[in-house]
Amino acid sequence: MNRKVIIIGSGPAGLTAALYTARANLEPLVFEGNQPGGQLTITTDVENYPGFPSGIMGPELMENFREQAKRFGAECYFKHVTKVDLKNRPFRVWVGKDEYYSDTIIIATGASAKMLGLEKENELMGFGVSACATCDGFFYKDKKVLVVGGGDTAMEEATYLTKFASEVVVIHRRDTFRASKVMVDRVMKNSKVRVIWDVVIKDIEGTKESGVKSVILENQKTKKRFNEDCDGVFLAIGHKPNTDLFKDQLETNKNGYLLTNSGTKTNIDGVFACGDVQDHIYRQAITAAGSGCMSAIDVERYLENL
Amino acid sequence: MSENLKHFSTDDFEAEVLKSDIPVLVDFWAEWCGPCRAIGPIVDELATEYSGKAKIGKLNVDTDNQVAAQYGVRSIPALLIFKDGAVANQIVGAVPKEKITELLDSVI
Repeated sequence: MNRKVIIIGSGPAGLTAALYTARANLEPLVFEGNQPGGQLTITTDVENYPGFPSGIMGPELMENFREQAKRFGAECYFKHVTKVDLKNRPFRVWVGKDEYYSDTIIIATGASAKMLGLEKENELMGFGVSACATCDGFFYKDKKVLVVGGGDTAMEEATYLTKFASEVVVIHRRDTFRASKVMVDRVMKNSKVRVIWDVVIKDIEGTKESGVKSVILENQKTKKRFNEDCDGVFLAIGHKPNTDLFKDQLETNKNGYLLTNSGTKTNIDGVFACGDVQDHIYRQAITAAGSGCMSAIDVERYLENL
Repeated sequence: MSENLKHFSTDDFEAEVLKSDIPVLVDFWAEWCGPCRAIGPIVDELATEYSGKAKIGKLNVDTDNQVAAQYGVRSIPALLIFKDGAVANQIVGAVPKEKITELLDSVI
């Protein structure tokens, strides 16, 4: 069956696009990907989404988004798109062996946490290495953990982890944090937190059975290496756009973010992009939702002129 | 929720999981875990689909943390598949249903 619109992604951008295209009777099909609800599902309180004066839990907010889109007929599936063909029409989208056709595509695949690029990191992900303090902090009661990074996310994770851990060590490659002052102050005032400046992680030691045991750090100024024992490593070194799927088909900037123009258009007519996958500047739930709405309206206009 | 879906605890873990005649999938979860909510409905469906072939159930890490610690669970959702009293397979993080059925089928 040929659809009018397929939406790839289910964060604030994807589900807002779903809501608007559903209300326009375009019967959107949403592939939610590996993380239904997107990055907000791994946060706790969202205090800056307008309309919720006392805040709302991230996962709950995203369940509301989905319910609202489904109420108007959006079809949402917990499926991960594995391949797309945007060069021929109708566009083709694959989920494993299943193939889908559509006149338009809205890309809302968002961004994911960056990794250090160490071999051990992949092996120990979920076994002592984590990119989500709010998900995994609970398992580090009275343990010693490391937080890698120097931005707001790193400060937030470090502060959150002090609720559980006996000691939180922040590892940063420079001698100053780039996080906002209020977040840095909160971390520096906490007696459970210690900072090691000017170091990068060279290796992580441990096994799936034992969990993380220690890391090897290297001072960037003296090049001296030393060991630091710990039970967990939390990564907060930024994000990268999820654009591997569109490689060689859509134009990106040098960091891999999709390029959009006059609204949410990509370089291929009929393919639109919204949310963090095309925005490395604002990266907020509300801006993602706003651009999701824009792409839905762009799709509607495009289909009217076909 | 499916009536086939079990709820394991520290007390019945040995009898229900380790001494089970058929493979058992245990979904380690918690109320506060967003990705656990995403995978919840899938685990529920599997309980019905694999009825008689595999036992499917949940274990709350808040109330039964000893079991989670014993099996080295440090991230949830974690799906551990037990066969003959030992861990035969495991998945950490939310994954699509096909990934889970693949692993289940490989031990049945």
